[in-house]
Amino acid sequence: MAENIYEKIWKAHLVHEEPGNDAIIYIDRHFIHEVTSPQAFEGLRLAGRKVRRPELTFATMDHNIPTTDRSRPIADALSRQQCETLEANCKEAGVTCFGMHHPLNGIVHVIGPELGLTQPGQTIVCGDSHTSTHGAFGALAHGIGTSEVEHVLATQTLSQRRSKTMEIRVDGTLPTGVTSKDIVLAIIGKIGTAGGTGYVIEFTGEAIRALSMEGRMTVCNMTIEAGARAGLISPDKTTLEYLHGRPYLPKDKSDEELDREWAAWASDPDCSYDTSVILDAASIEPQVTWGTSPGMVTSIKGRTPVLAEIADANERRSAQSALEYMGLGEGVPITEVRVNKVFIGSCTNSRIEDLREAAKVARGHKVNVTIDQALVVPGSHKVKEQAEAEGLDAVFREAGFEWREPGCSMCLAMNDDVLSPGDRCASTSNRNFEGRQGKGGRTHLVSPAMASAAAVTGRFTDIRSWHFK
Amino acid sequence: MNKTTQLTGIVAPLDALNVDTDQIIPKQFLKRIERTGYGRYLFFDWRFKDDGKTPDPDFEMNAARYRDASILLAKENFGCGSSREHAPWALDDYGFRAVLAPSFADIFFNNCINNSIVPVVLPEATIERLFAEVRATEGYRLDIDLPAQTLTTPSGEKIEFTLDSFLRERLINGWDQIGLTLRHEDKITAYEQARGV
Repeated sequence: MAENIYEKIWKAHLVHEEPGNDAIIYIDRHFIHEVTSPQAFEGLRLAGRKVRRPELTFATMDHNIPTTDRSRPIADALSRQQCETLEANCKEAGVTCFGMHHPLNGIVHVIGPELGLTQPGQTIVCGDSHTSTHGAFGALAHGIGTSEVEHVLATQTLSQRRSKTMEIRVDGTLPTGVTSKDIVLAIIGKIGTAGGTGYVIEFTGEAIRALSMEGRMTVCNMTIEAGARAGLISPDKTTLEYLHGRPYLPKDKSDEELDREWAAWASDPDCSYDTSVILDAASIEPQVTWGTSPGMVTSIKGRTPVLAEIADANERRSAQSALEYMGLGEGVPITEVRVNKVFIGSCTNSRIEDLREAAKVARGHKVNVTIDQALVVPGSHKVKEQAEAEGLDAVFREAGFEWREPGCSMCLAMNDDVLSPGDRCASTSNRNFEGRQGKGGRTHLVSPAMASAAAVTGRFTDIRSWHFK
Repeated sequence: MNKTTQLTGIVAPLDALNVDTDQIIPKQFLKRIERTGYGRYLFFDWRFKDDGKTPDPDFEMNAARYRDASILLAKENFGCGSSREHAPWALDDYGFRAVLAPSFADIFFNNCINNSIVPVVLPEATIERLFAEVRATEGYRLDIDLPAQTLTTPSGEKIEFTLDSFLRERLINGWDQIGLTLRHEDKITAYEQARGV
């Protein structure tokens, strides 16, 4: 019988199943970071349990660490304690830890793929909702809570109920200037932030196939913002080419053997899904969020909503409260919204291709005088090195951007990279929740090219009419 | 895990769609390495004015009548966003034992179960009616009977709900999931040997 990729991965990882109970699923790869793991290790210690397979877990520090000078210890005592705790826990358990100064350090969802730790057909979990990113490789990957982190450390499995499957097919070709970020924001705008709840999504269609691995990671990354824990893309030639030569691939197999194994995970041509959604890539425009939930999104040609036009009372009040928080009126054209901060980074958009696109827009231009801060934060040390080798750091610096050390940074603002109350930020991150980038801060989610353009003009600008220098 | 069969308590309303875990507990409180003590930070940016100390009277739950609430009445897609388990830790530490909503985000739902917080899904119309009743009656209480899967309102009306039987058993018996899984440790070992992992 024809199977989709989720069905194949589920079947291959089933350790135990009884009718009426959750199934036990084997976990191939477990990533941990400093914020959601300390209580899990403490739980193990209290119960007298050991880490079952320490070599299948990899740790990094990303959420809390400074993106400025790292030659001195972390100034914030609590952040420092969290990082030290991670290091000590990993040492005790025998888990590899890419600490702040390690050359392979970076955002967990950037380094997993870049090191080849992420592979097609795997089950991957991490105490971080954006673990869905790894689905771009045809892995079943999703976020878990800290109790589940402890469960995976103790048993190398997860207790889970089988999900329903949703296909989101994006047909046709993306117009110039429209990116993977715009695809996923348009999808969330269409199905809503709870549209994927209870489902695992597979993204299919010509426009998805045409994306690079970086682009696919951006789409899968924000699957969680549509309510689905996991989003996958079946592996193809693009996936296999990206993976060849990565340091953590199995050493005992040739590229040809690996290609054969990986390609076999792809959904069968005649497989079915519980539900399907279809979008036309040609109709997608550059997207900008206007509110405090990723579903509150419109195109660069759009306007903020008019409350009287929203029929549902809860939705209307929600939009009203979002407009108030965002300091925006009704029916305001997006191109009239001015920003004073720009953030290019996060596990959504901090990979080399993202930085190339942002640099292409910034090249030869200057950050607008009305912009108080424009940050570029690469996703990993390796991304940073690559960008510097290509001279992208110079392009950003000459334009007036700050070029930082890698980390999660202003995506969630746990370090010093924080918006002040009233700041309005064009951000390439994934969440525009109230206070996400700092209490009272206002976040508009956009693609790297759109963020870069906003830095230059000081307002949201249609990238399709950009003057590239 | 605690054992939960019957719950009774005052109901507090939280009238917002898509309440994300960043609102339930903002990121500045995630730096601690403990599991306890998060209650004072629950809904921090909504509960307190900018000084971080003065309760904001505009936040409905701050009203004296909801001070001892242990059941939270919420709206669609409650708990979306970040997977942080600090969210149920904060709810639990503040004193909430159950959350009622038309729908929950997946990861948050599981995190609730793992912390003995009962997530109750009810039809939107029922939730709307409960909002009206809670606001109309000071001291409004609900009795939750987990084995029977019913809520009882102050007027004696019984409202049925459904919670997956496996998860319900876990809550009722206080079963720790790791302990349950380790009963099948031989199968995990067999899987590892068969697959060469």
